Parts: sequence; C-alpha cells; structure tokens
Amino acid sequence: MSFLLSCPNCGPRDVNEFAYAGEVTSRPAGPPDLRELADYVYFRRNVAGVQREWWYHRFGCEIWFLAERDTRTNEVLKTELPAPSTAEAMPAPQEAGVPDTPAT
Amino acid sequence: MRLPAQPAERIDRSRPVRFFFEDRPVDGFEGDTIGSALFASGRRVFSRSFKYHRRRGLLCCSGGCANCMMRIDDLPNVRVCMEPVREGAEVRAQNVLGSLERDLLAAVDHFGGPFTPVGFYYRTMIRPRSLWPVYETFLRHVAGLGRLDKHARRSRRFDAEHRRADVLVIGGGRSGREAARAAAAAGRHVVLVDERGAFELDGVEALAPGRAIGIYEGGLVPVDAGSVLYRFRADRIVVATGALEQPLLFPGNDLVGVYLPQAVRRLVDEWALKPGEQAVIVSADERGLAVADQLERAGTNVLARIDLRSSPPRQIVARGRRGRLSSVAVDGREFECDMLVMSGGRQPAYSLLAQAGARIEYDAKRGIFVPSDLPPNVEAVGSVAGELEPAAVPAASFDAAEGAGRCFVCVCEDVTEKDRKRAIAEGFDSIELAKRYTTVTMGPCQGRLCHLPAIRLFAREHETDEATIGTTTARPPWSPVSMGLLAGRGHEPAKRTSIHHRHEEAGATMMWTGFWRRPHSYEHAGNEALHVHRAVGVIDVSTLGKLLVQGPDAARFLELLYPNRFGDMKVGRIRYAVLGTDAGRIMDDGTVARLGEEQYYVTTTSTGADTVIEWFEWWNAVWGLDVETVNLTGALAAVNIAGPRSRELLGRLAQVDPSNESISYLDAKEAHVASVPCLILRIGFVGELGYELHFPSPYGEYVWDTLLEYGADLGIRPFGLEPQRILRLEKMHILVGQDTDSESNVLEAGMPWIAKLDKDDFVGKWALEHVQERGFRERLVGFEMTDGVVPLEGGQIVLSGRPVGRVTSARLSPHLGRAIGMAWVRPEYAREGAEIEIKVNGGVASARVRLEPFFDPEGARLRS
Repeated sequence: MSFLLSCPNCGPRDVNEFAYAGEVTSRPAGPPDLRELADYVYFRRNVAGVQREWWYHRFGCEIWFLAERDTRTNEVLKTELPAPSTAEAMPAPQEAGVPDTPAT
Repeated sequence: MRLPAQPAERIDRSRPVRFFFEDRPVDGFEGDTIGSALFASGRRVFSRSFKYHRRRGLLCCSGGCANCMMRIDDLPNVRVCMEPVREGAEVRAQNVLGSLERDLLAAVDHFGGPFTPVGFYYRTMIRPRSLWPVYETFLRHVAGLGRLDKHARRSRRFDAEHRRADVLVIGGGRSGREAARAAAAAGRHVVLVDERGAFELDGVEALAPGRAIGIYEGGLVPVDAGSVLYRFRADRIVVATGALEQPLLFPGNDLVGVYLPQAVRRLVDEWALKPGEQAVIVSADERGLAVADQLERAGTNVLARIDLRSSPPRQIVARGRRGRLSSVAVDGREFECDMLVMSGGRQPAYSLLAQAGARIEYDAKRGIFVPSDLPPNVEAVGSVAGELEPAAVPAASFDAAEGAGRCFVCVCEDVTEKDRKRAIAEGFDSIELAKRYTTVTMGPCQGRLCHLPAIRLFAREHETDEATIGTTTARPPWSPVSMGLLAGRGHEPAKRTSIHHRHEEAGATMMWTGFWRRPHSYEHAGNEALHVHRAVGVIDVSTLGKLLVQGPDAARFLELLYPNRFGDMKVGRIRYAVLGTDAGRIMDDGTVARLGEEQYYVTTTSTGADTVIEWFEWWNAVWGLDVETVNLTGALAAVNIAGPRSRELLGRLAQVDPSNESISYLDAKEAHVASVPCLILRIGFVGELGYELHFPSPYGEYVWDTLLEYGADLGIRPFGLEPQRILRLEKMHILVGQDTDSESNVLEAGMPWIAKLDKDDFVGKWALEHVQERGFRERLVGFEMTDGVVPLEGGQIVLSGRPVGRVTSARLSPHLGRAIGMAWVRPEYAREGAEIEIKVNGGVASARVRLEPFFDPEGARLRS
C-alpha cells in the first residue's frame, strides 16, 4: 500500500502514518443471541468495493476517523470524523492485538 | 591497449587508477568502469553462467544483462560495466569453482545437458523426500549468482527520504532532458532521474546516478540513489526510459564476442577500446549497422554486414573455441571472426508505464510492444513511447544446423530455445505459467533481453501471433536494488526510563520488554526476591502505562470499557481492573484510582500502554462521551517500594502520615515525597506491604537516589523484573500475555469478581455471559511441584498420558523453597490438591493444583 490518505486534521499524508482498524461494523443495540454475537465479533463483510472503515493517525495527530475506500483500487472517496451523537448503531474496531511479550 | 584519443571519450588518461582483480593489479583511468578497465587489460571472459557455467563476456555493456556481474569488495552481483573504477577495489569472479578460465563446474555444460533440462529439479530431485536438503545444498552450490558474506557486518548506512516534485522525469536521454527543460521553463519544480553519471541542466534538479525502481500505487516512485531511497510523489511523472536493444536467437548467441550494438559504441567511443579484430554485423535496423563506423575507427575489419530488412538469412550459427566466438556461418557462408554484433531492433522499455497502469499492445507491423492509455498524470516521451527508427521484425529464431550449439532465449537463467519448447510440450501453454516454469524474464535482466524473444518463440510454437500471447505482468523493481536500501536505516527502537542510567551504574542485567529496556536483576534474582520479603526493595516501574481520564462522563466511560464497577468508588481509592474486548478476551490489566469526582488515574501493563490508549480513544470516538484521556506514560516516572520496612522508609520522606489508618491498602494519596509531588498508590503486586510512587519523570534519578540513601540503614536494595516475577507468582497475580492468551477471559482466569454482569452494558459483557452459560472449558490455576524441578513455560500437563492443560508460568520460589507455577487445566482438575503430571525433560514430574495464592493467601501482609 502506498496511497495517500487524507486525515481530517492533517490533510493528505502517506498511508504508512496510519493504522487501519477494519471495516465499520454494528455493535448490537441490545443483548444479542449467540449467532448475532459471533457475527459481530468474528465476521466481516470483506467487500470488493467501497467500504466504510476505521483509521487511526498513529504517527500523526492520533485521531480516529472514518474513510470510504474502494478496496479494489485503494481510491479513498471520503474521510471524516465520526459523528457519535448520531451513531444509532455502534460500530466496532478490529480486535486489538495481544501484546506479544509478557506484560508487567 | 587503448586506441588513440576518441572524440567523445570519457577517460582521463592523465589520471590512472589501480584496483585488483583476483589479487592481481589492474590499471585503468578515471572515467573507466571496472568492466572497461578489465577489458583494456585483455579480459574477455567476465562471468560463468547461472546453470551451465558457460563463459560469458560483455554483451550489452550498459547495465542491462547479467554477463559482467562480479563481486566488488563485500558486495556481490555488481555489474562491472557500469561500476566506476575505484582505487584499491578488490574485484572477484563469482559462481565459479576455480577461476573464470578454469571453472570445474563447467562440467555441467559438457555432461549435464541431457540430465538438466528445464525444471529438472522439480522432477528428478524430489525423491526420496528426505534427501532434498542434500540436493538443495548441492544445487545452491553449483548454480546461482554471487554469495552473501554470512559474517558481513552492517557496513553502510541506508536512509529513506520522502520527496515531492511538480514533475519527475525518469531517464536523462535526449527526450527526457527536453521534457525536463520545457517543464522547468514553465516554472515547474523538476527532478530528473538518470542511472548514468551526474550531469547538469539549468533549472532542473538532477538526481544522477539514481534509478527509479518502480511506479507504485498512488504514483509513488522510489528512487535508488545508492545509500538513500527517495520516495517521490510528483504531480506529473514523465517516463523517458528509452528502448532496449534486442538480441537475436541463433545457436551460439551467448558466446564471448557476441555483442549488442551499444556495447561496441561504448567500448570504442567512451573508453577507446578495440572490441575485436574481425567482425560480422547482423542487424534488423540502422543502429546496428551503424556500429561499422566505430569498428572502422577502432581498426576492426568488418567481414559482413547482414541487413535483416533486405536480405534476412534463414540460418545463422555461431561457433566458438573454449567459449569464445571463432566463426559465424550465415546460410552456409562461413566467416572466421572474433566478434559478432547482433541487433534485433529495439523494444520500448515500458515496464514503469505498465506498472503505472498503461496498456501494453503488440504492434504487429513493427514487431514490438508499445504502451498506450497512460494514466492521467503519467506521460511517455521519446523511444519508450514507440518513437523508433524502422526495423525489420526478426525471425523468432534462426534454424539450427546439425550439431550446432545451444541457442539461448535467456542468458541470465540459462534457458535455451529447446527448454522453452519442452515447457510448451509439457503443457505450460500460458505465457505466465511458462515464465514461472522456465524462469525466463525472472533473472537479473528482468526481461530486458529475453521478454520479447521469448514471446516471439512462444507465438511461433503455438502457431499464433504475439498479440494473442500478450505480455507478462511487469513488476517492480525495474532495476536491481540492494536489500539494505529497502530495509532502511538500522533502527532498533528502545525506550529507557528516566532512571535507566542508575540501573546500568548498579550493574543490572538489562532485558527487553516490548520496546522497553528494563533491569532483569541486579545481582541474584532469588536473593532480591527474598529481600523484599525480609526488608525493603525498590523497583523502577516507570514503564507502566499511565492515563488520566477526566470529565463529567469519566465514571460512565470506564464502566463501559471495563467489566469492573468504578462509579461507587470513593475518591482516593484504587481498584484492580481487567480490560476486555467484546469477544470477552483479556486485553490488559492494571489499576484504576479515583482522584476526584470526575478524575481517574489508570495504569496499564508496560507493553500494553499504546494499545490501551488507542482503544480508549477509539471507543470514545464511537460513544462521544464528555471525557478526555491524557497519556502520562512518559511524563511520569514510577517506583515501587515494597517490603515490611517500606512504611518506615516512606515515613522518613513523605509529608504525610504513612500509618495504616492514613494510607490503607488500595488507597491513593497525593503528597510530597522527598519534596517531589507524588501520587502514592498503596498496592501490592509483589505481595508485600508496598507503595507505588508516581511523579514527574525529571525527578527520576533524584527520587531513586534519595530512596536508596534514606533506606540504607533499613537495608533497601533495588530489585529487577525477574525477582518481581517470582514475587507476583507467589501471589498468583497474572501477567497478561504470559498467563493469558487470545482465548482467556476473566471468568475462566479465576477472577469472577471483576465482571459485574449486572451492569447494563460493558465491552465484553455478552461474551462473558455466554461463557457463564456454556460453562468453563478450562481454568487458570496454580500448581506446585512435588519435587524441585521447574517445568518449562508452555510445558504440557498430562494425565494418564493425555494432555489436560499447559503451563504458563513457572519459577523456583526461594521464599517457599518450592517450584511453583500457573497453568490452564480442564475444569475437573481445578480442585485444591488435584494431582497432575507435567512433561519435563522427556519424562513427567508430578504436581499438585493450588487455587489459593502460595504466599499470604489472606492478604494480611498487604493490609498490614
């Protein structure tokens, strides 16, 4: 990957500055049954096309934002800050990694 | 042996340079390349080929082919035709057993022919499978290119730099320079990259020598400038990479003495060298025939000029003696000669354009592939765009006479016309598959000399045309690039606490934990652990993640993130907290102290700090609660003083009553210690009475020194990470990532009190409810060995020979005098005193399950 991504704060920057955190998914609004829970935790749509996804400007302003990206071409159509107040369904990020050395 | 001064020669005859080839001195001039100086010294054989170890000489003499690759100093695979001479350089031949003249491995060429057809190692050397390592070692020894020195140390520094330009011109030939000049005249910032030597152009930034190694996604152009990799992004990319002279396919076309026209031009014009005595020219275009001028100047006798445009021969056969050309037969006419110039016309060097997304189409009339449909910001100028002089379309190959030698399609990988036919006969009928099977175009020239001929041959064998066959995908790198350049600068990120130097001065053994450097121990881990039980020890815990969470929604935010409850905590109290994911997995642990109604101080594990703060920020990007998270990890240092005498020490330095009533277990208090503003957290990771002091980092060494000074008569001693691990294991305090993995949840890890499942919602609640419902599959328990042996961490727990669990931690506790540990076991064995067996050293050792901490199970020491 070598495209540019436009941080809502900092403007277009090299994609290496960012951390990708997966497609936007919906956290169930209420207690899910087992299948709904498994779908939410483990399953992703993995679309070949335009996808809404989370990015974090890790080596920059450290802000979380949303992007609409065509997964086939890496063309980024739009980036924006999340609007939490209107988030009727709560999306979830990918699982954060387990620290690979013993933590203390 | 040089010719008289040539009009455009590059050498400066007044400045001699001496280097060494195989330890013998070679003399050249400034302006020579290693290759031209070797040629001047009489050398004609420059390498031995990849597979057959055939002699090879200068062919393209312009950095395209692999024929002149040698080892210079410690660097293998250097094309000496391009490498400027350097005083004292040590040059050696590679891929030979013996010398270039007498290479014992050349036996492969004489005897191996019938046994080493294309792909032979896929078939003949796979059985028995157990012998493959032997075959592999053998093959690696007899075939290939230069060798890397396994003991070589990092001798050069490589860097990467991000650059921008309005216009990036790749290629400094006539068209490239014109395009650069025009763009500069229009006021644009222009950078011109050229792989040949330095030059100047008004208003243009010249990057030479520099090689564009590809055009990547998003228009990224990495440029190899020796020790710096420039990552260019430009508004407009102008590709002016020119065209590549193509060889002809006939038996003996790899003999030493067979040249492409450019080689002759450079040898004569730039270095005043005579390429041969008797020459034959076979050419499809005027460029090839025109080298007769150079040859005339050099005094070479041109025996025949065969123009493929007017009188294409049917048969060409080159014969040699000891690998060197001795005669050429054209349709039966025999010429005694020592050089042959072949030209199959030129093919646009379109690879970069193809990488950028251009379409590559076959122009049947001209017999070449030309680029079209360029992306909007990419432009092609000059011969790469197809602006070429007219040329004949040469035959795919010229008929071989009886007994003629090998006809090479690909000189880099030693693939012959016969190999190619055999691959097709074996069913490799797509050009991409045939490429992978025969490795044509996959050698060091990257298809410069073999791509077009291979497609022509393929089309002829399939009785179709080149357009139908199409091209193979052009991939970066277009030019060879050293691994060091791609790896970038040697960089091992390390974080050090503000007390780091004190640990080094005290002679601590340092170790890595994530990016942190931490003391493993100072003298003896066991003794340091014992000392904490008996007197007082101090450990640097500045590496802990430290977050301030504040705002009206702080309590709600933390209660949503953690399974714990925090809203009911009194200001000044601390709770142990375990962070989980919505899959119920344990992600991190630490303490949460309530410093105010709307302010919490959160500590995380040392290696989890960055992940946790991103996690916090992410969830709040979703929830939008009125809360701020501030990362204080680097801003604050922290030390833990622990042991029965720690209260006395604190009392001497703190402006606060240290009594148990004033600061009880799990109290947080802000006070000055040694006049430094501190947050005192009374917690007990190591199981003894103890206080964590968190304070501004700049005071790190001062606080450390003061604690050691004022604690001297109490017997204070620093302790490292290893003793801390022994101490925490005695208490069965978990280490996230050591005792837990991607399946572990707080319920099965034996901490059900953490999860407040009666809360409306928290991250991981549903998954934990599910675990509760389905029942436990395994439990995290303690164990003690019945004899003293310490099992390996990760060791298997067995019962009647069947696996029932695994060890996550194990240590010898000097205080208890026993080997203890923690393990995941099936729930039926999670009983106090259950007998288990652990695999140790090939046998098994018996152990007993323990559910209560080994040391101070009631926590009396912590509360004392």
